[in-house]
Amino acid sequence: MNILVCIKQVPDMEGKFVPNEAGSWFDEAGLAWKMNEYDAFAVEEAVRLKEQLGGGARVTALSIGPARAVETIRKALAMGCDDGVHIDDPDAPQRDPWQIASMIAGFAAGRGFDLIFTGMQSEDRGSAQVGVLVAEQLGLSSVTGITAFEWLDGSMTVESELEGGRKYRLRLKPPVLLTCQPGLNTPRYPTLPNIMKSKRAALAVLSQESVSLDSPKVLSANFRPHEPNAAGVILEGDVDTLASQVLDLLEAKGFISTQGGVR
Amino acid sequence: MKLLLVGEVRDGRITTETAELFGFAARLKAEVSMALVGNVGEFPAFSGRLYRANGGNEYDATFHKRLVLDAVERERPDAVVFLHSSLGWDIAPRVAFAMQAAQVSGVVGLDDGGYVVESCNGKMRRTVRPLTSRAVLTIQPGAFAPVATEGTPELIAIEAEPDSAIEFLGCIQPERGIDLTRAGVIVSAGRGLGSADRVELVRALADALGGEVGASRPVVDAGWLERARQVGSSGQSVSPSLYVACGISGAIQHLAGMKGSGFVLAVNTDRDAPITSVADVLAVADLAEFLPALTAAIRTRR
Repeated sequence: MNILVCIKQVPDMEGKFVPNEAGSWFDEAGLAWKMNEYDAFAVEEAVRLKEQLGGGARVTALSIGPARAVETIRKALAMGCDDGVHIDDPDAPQRDPWQIASMIAGFAAGRGFDLIFTGMQSEDRGSAQVGVLVAEQLGLSSVTGITAFEWLDGSMTVESELEGGRKYRLRLKPPVLLTCQPGLNTPRYPTLPNIMKSKRAALAVLSQESVSLDSPKVLSANFRPHEPNAAGVILEGDVDTLASQVLDLLEAKGFISTQGGVR
Repeated sequence: MKLLLVGEVRDGRITTETAELFGFAARLKAEVSMALVGNVGEFPAFSGRLYRANGGNEYDATFHKRLVLDAVERERPDAVVFLHSSLGWDIAPRVAFAMQAAQVSGVVGLDDGGYVVESCNGKMRRTVRPLTSRAVLTIQPGAFAPVATEGTPELIAIEAEPDSAIEFLGCIQPERGIDLTRAGVIVSAGRGLGSADRVELVRALADALGGEVGASRPVVDAGWLERARQVGSSGQSVSPSLYVACGISGAIQHLAGMKGSGFVLAVNTDRDAPITSVADVLAVADLAEFLPALTAAIRTRR
């Protein structure tokens, strides 16, 4: 069993985002980096499947990005992936989903992956396109937003999430691409020995020029903060004063009654 | 501009969000047609062509893609418009790939000929412009107000081969038991709480306010609270008169589930969190200190 996991390094979303000079995306200065949360579920599921299958499975973690992406590949190795591949592309953050998918598909074509796991979307771009586009380009079946995965005797049963907590239950056989949704599993914390081992592991580094790359299909501009509620009030200060201010507001709105009930 | 809208059918009915597709089309003053896959007895009222197929299996993404492409072939629209829903994110990229067309995901607004989408978990926005002559769009549920349309559509049957690569085993219904949809006050726990034991602080405030406890998705995924308390597009849609968001950043899927709330109090240390786009009051505070203080203040004043 030959498994590929596609991972992206994204900023910590708690960070402060400032537009870059072109206004097309964010300036990277001052941001902290981590593995895209959705991709952590993909890595965990791939590693669990490898563990279930024993010696016959191998997991490759692939990331496209600038030099900093290496840290995220090492994290995937520390979580239990066997091989790390870095497509070294300083321009990756600016590329659209179509381009990223063309690079992944170009890498995966002919390498005989039975299963490809990706996150359902990235936390920063949030386009939810790359996984499906890779599958379409490779001619693979794909299921999006899986929240359960079970491997038994050469086929897998997955659950794909719908609105309102409903799920489809589906059975399929490799080769297939699955995009992973939070709730699928609980990604493990790597152990210290595995972290140390991952730091020494050799990564395969491919230049951007060595993989296929399509032209972009969209242009991004005017990267900006969302508009806060114009009528909203921001309160801050010491906790007791704040609590009393908030209570006054709730009382004025009629949410607190002296009878001990709430309207 | 000609738009092919892709409506959604669930449980033999056209979903209420489908009307938002018409709302989006009205904003663009576009000529519309619709593709609708599924067993349904009634159709949306509008003047235009309605491309229809009864569903095969409830889930067959390739079949669904082929049907939409058949409608695209006959209608030749400038853009194919899906909802940014589980169906939309599953099918739209397949259609975009087949059309070799640009896709813009999660459209929340229009900006000078481009489409506004959210980025960075809803904290930021940007304007995306397709570079191809035809485009595929998915619009964020809740972003475009539905409009009332009238007329009788011209029904046109579309056909495609079902796909057998994926076996449909059935649809699992959510576990229920906690109905938040009728609660007057909901105090919801978010990831910003930091640890499972602090859920008790949320529970205490909910008790003091006479309300129910809700949760954001990460809190449920982490097992801090039961799934039946999840508010959002993959949980329950609620409309209390007071909604208190404790440590909830406000991912769009969460906002979609609580946008009907009357008054929103957000407690968060991040002043830029997207929850501020719907909050009437943002209290910038550490939850571990603020929640007990507010709970105590309510109990004292009563």
